Amino acid sequence: MNEALTLLSFGDQGWGDTIAFGVLVTVSLAIATLPFGLILGFLIALAKNSSEPSLKLAANIYTTIFRGLPELLTLFLVYFGVQIGLQQGLKLLGFETYIEVNSFVAGMVALALVFSSYASEAFLSAFKGIPQGQYEGGYALGLSKYQTLTLVVLPQLIRLALPALGNLWLILLKETSLVSVIGLSDLIRESGIAARVTKEPFLFFGIACLIYLVLAIISSTGLARIERWSKRGDVSR
Amino acid sequence: MTAANPETSLPRPPSPPRTWSNTRILGHVLMALWIISGVSLVFYLGSNVASPFVQKYWPKYIEGFLVTLQIVGVSLLLGALLSVPIAMARGSRWKIFSWPAYGYVYFFRGTPLLAQTFLIYYGAGTFRPELEAVGLWGFFRDAWFCVIFAFSLNTAAYQAEILRGAVLNVSRGQWEGAAALGISKPVTFFKVILPQALMVALRPYGNEIILMIKGSAIASIITIYDLMGETRRAYSRSYDFQAYIWAAVAYLLIVETLRRVWDKIEARLTRHLKR
Repeated sequence: MNEALTLLSFGDQGWGDTIAFGVLVTVSLAIATLPFGLILGFLIALAKNSSEPSLKLAANIYTTIFRGLPELLTLFLVYFGVQIGLQQGLKLLGFETYIEVNSFVAGMVALALVFSSYASEAFLSAFKGIPQGQYEGGYALGLSKYQTLTLVVLPQLIRLALPALGNLWLILLKETSLVSVIGLSDLIRESGIAARVTKEPFLFFGIACLIYLVLAIISSTGLARIERWSKRGDVSR
Repeated sequence: MTAANPETSLPRPPSPPRTWSNTRILGHVLMALWIISGVSLVFYLGSNVASPFVQKYWPKYIEGFLVTLQIVGVSLLLGALLSVPIAMARGSRWKIFSWPAYGYVYFFRGTPLLAQTFLIYYGAGTFRPELEAVGLWGFFRDAWFCVIFAFSLNTAAYQAEILRGAVLNVSRGQWEGAAALGISKPVTFFKVILPQALMVALRPYGNEIILMIKGSAIASIITIYDLMGETRRAYSRSYDFQAYIWAAVAYLLIVETLRRVWDKIEARLTRHLKR
């Protein structure tokens, strides 16, 4: 037991600081992905909700692709695809160089693609929960289409979509572990290194699992708070 | 379309002409992009059908596909078996049963599948002397068994929640009606409650199968040559990007086919509920 505590302590003898750095990378990857995924997902939901059939079809193709591919494969497609694409593009321009894509950025792009396709479904079902009268009321007040969307519909939409988006955030947090495969020093990779050096794999992967659990618990309490905040208008009614 | 209004017998006014609004232009541009990339993808893959890469690796891809099917099938079945006692314990009135079951479900749903797989595959090494003593070391040394073990435990947690939710969804009146007819509790559960619960659970079960197919790609990280594993091996040997494109097409075909077939099955089985 004492040995385990020494291994986990901070400083030269322990691996605590390495693992803490891994946690930081994991959390910052998830937080950096979130805004892109949300905005892209909202735009795709708008496209799916529009009355224009071609726009709907285009958005549906997008979600079919990124919900059907394994996340790991999407990650490799982005990581190697961008690398090869950039190299080919530069070759056409006459530069012959080797390019390595930053694994953090590649992970961010891949996770945002996957997150946005799931988030668009969450937003779409929230759109279905907003009665037509809200739009009509907005137009009757002389608001433009854009104003109706941002001032009337969006605030209600967020409240309706929050539970589903909260689940997606928890999934995103877990999916960041895949980026360790393309070399990002996240929680999983750092604990893997610690496990290999100290020959204590169960201890370090167990700790990694527990840290993921703690992150999930913190997120759940945070999400519950945000949900209560979003519903504060309901209480007085 | 031109139905007359019965009161005034006036024909319906013609619908307004469809103008080229911004959304319509955007939609057509995006569709044009999809069509161009789809056609070029088909052209690219078509021109590579006879290439040395495909000649060399397509049997490997078939093998990998079969391994993926095996992993997914076996884990789903084992998980389904394991999920029943977990769901029962989770719904139990006694806290000695319900708390551990809750902890189990929370752990396996709250941590990444990759971390669980690593914990079992690499973590087993810590207990090598103990496992050798009970004769289980051969099981945990083999990556295939470890993957099956990790995936079964993981999907059991998800399936237990699906099952529990579906059983709770069946109304109390069904239990009471069966009790009024003098049917015993176990018979009520298997003949009255479970059929109705499984009907509700069809869609989440379908989603779980698809999640499992996608999640099984993780097995490739611990040296299993499933579809993803064969793809990675082919890429690392040839440095040909089409390795990943073929895999993407294969996974999309598998998932889309399964989704459509499952929708058909669901529509067929729930046709008595359609109004």
